[in-house]
Amino acid sequence: MTQAAEIGATGIGKQFGQFTALADITLTIARGEFLTLLGPSGSGKTTFLMVLSGFEAPSSGRLTLNGTDMTDLAAERRGFGMVFQGYALFPHMTAEENIAFPLKVQGRTAAEVKRRVDEMIGMVGLGGHGHKRPSGLSGGQQQRVALARALAYAPPVLLLDEPFSALDKNLRGQMQDEMRRLHRETGTTFVFVTHDQEEALALSSRVAIFDKGRLQQLAPPREVYERPANRFVAEFLGDINILPVKGGRIEGRAVQAPGATGDLAIRPEYMALALAQPEDGNAVAATLNDLTYLGAETRLSLVTSGGVPIVLHQQTSDLPAGLAPGASVWATWAPGHGFLL
Amino acid sequence: MTARHIFLLGPLLALLGAAYLLPFLGVMRWSVTLPQPGLGQYVIALTDPLVLGVIWRTFRICLLVTVLAVAAGYVLSLIWVRGGPAARLAAELCILIPFWISVLTRAFGWLALLSNKGILNTWLEHLGFISEPLTLVRNEFGVVVGMVHFLIPFAIFPLASSMRAVDERVLMAARGMGASRTRIFWSVFVPMTRGGILGAALLVFVFGLGFFITPAILGGGRSVMVAELIYLRIFQSPDWGLGAAISVILMVAVGLLLALMMRQVKAATK
Repeated sequence: MTQAAEIGATGIGKQFGQFTALADITLTIARGEFLTLLGPSGSGKTTFLMVLSGFEAPSSGRLTLNGTDMTDLAAERRGFGMVFQGYALFPHMTAEENIAFPLKVQGRTAAEVKRRVDEMIGMVGLGGHGHKRPSGLSGGQQQRVALARALAYAPPVLLLDEPFSALDKNLRGQMQDEMRRLHRETGTTFVFVTHDQEEALALSSRVAIFDKGRLQQLAPPREVYERPANRFVAEFLGDINILPVKGGRIEGRAVQAPGATGDLAIRPEYMALALAQPEDGNAVAATLNDLTYLGAETRLSLVTSGGVPIVLHQQTSDLPAGLAPGASVWATWAPGHGFLL
Repeated sequence: MTARHIFLLGPLLALLGAAYLLPFLGVMRWSVTLPQPGLGQYVIALTDPLVLGVIWRTFRICLLVTVLAVAAGYVLSLIWVRGGPAARLAAELCILIPFWISVLTRAFGWLALLSNKGILNTWLEHLGFISEPLTLVRNEFGVVVGMVHFLIPFAIFPLASSMRAVDERVLMAARGMGASRTRIFWSVFVPMTRGGILGAALLVFVFGLGFFITPAILGGGRSVMVAELIYLRIFQSPDWGLGAAISVILMVAVGLLLALMMRQVKAATK
């Protein structure tokens, strides 16, 4: 089995005419890591994946593979596995023939090809479907064929371009578990593109967040969520409340914050609702605008007396009885959960 | 089908009925009534060595023409669909210009080029490559050249549309797995355009079976094909019954072939 590879990118840029798709991307993808490239559409994440794969040449910068320069190495010589959006299976071949294709390209013997194809079919849980063509398989099954085909020759790196975008929500969750298992079992370096933040947080060892062709932050999921590097990252990942702090005060009331002036950001789940002004801790006065019942949780929309909107996620069971829109309330949080942007 | 559909299709159906169906029914009647009632003309058509020879030649020529026209059409479509901007334009002109020139003009064009005193033979003699002119027309070679030239554009449309339908990412996937261009072409691209190949072959073959002007001019009466034979039976010998019987046989053969190959095309594109 091929060893998982380390990839280095230094100052990668990509221009399409006047349009800058990527600007100065520098990062290292560690051996055996599960890195997610996350960002809105047009952020450059897919372009960066295409540059890694060799299907797009960067306009500037260098790429290394285990320390050796691979910038000018053609896609077919990099030996990476790739799962495309829409799977890109060979429609005229059965699942087994699809998986066998890269092995035949490598000139393996028929017996070896068969052994490895059977192994891969078992690994991705496609037993009994091997003789079917893609048109006879469900979306999830096609996805498994694409994964098996890309992993068949034990590539040092597996690149995945929004592989789950065509699947429904339940299947998506199932495939995410499968992906984590495959990553563990193969030990290969995975680079995964998605625009789904939950997927990124659930799967990766680190998340690289892209916006407007630039790398905004590269950190483990917990860190990008709880300690976003900038306002874009903070707002892109889930809901966040942002309260302007001036001279250590929010709307005239003294608070404990990491700095005296700036935008204080607090995740909704770290804020709580209080009916009376708390004696200590950080708090801001607000009016309840709306309640959205979501089952176990209720989402509360507040607006402060200064007009700043606040969102709270509260356990439905913890809510005071008779709470209705229009009520005067307090939004509170522990000082450690706020950070300045 | 709603009343509106029938209303819109009506004139077309009436035209087809008046111009094709009714005359064909008349031809069918001749085939069993002339010169006397009975199936005698069908017996002659299917046993007479001359008629059978012509039918066999027609199928043989059409098969060869189909292979050549589809192969040449495949290459041209490939350039048209996947080539660079300049190559695309050149391919488009090569495909469209012949469409604007009548079949008669093109047949005489080939005659001027290929006949014993034609441009090609004269050049080759002047350059000393040959001492006797090559016989390039008034034989099957000339017929095949003329028919292939005429039929290539018809092969191109189904081929090009099947090539346009190929998902670029599938080809990228094959490349990413290290496959060479030759391998991608033969084991991915060609199989993925199989529906277009079958469709083009069907179109060219069926069209070729009824060819009249091109074989008549470039065959020079020596390699007579079915359509020309029917013409000769009806206009040059008072043998309407046999001509009609051969027409009906040709129609039935074309119908069966169409049905058979449509099924193949459907299976291939499923």
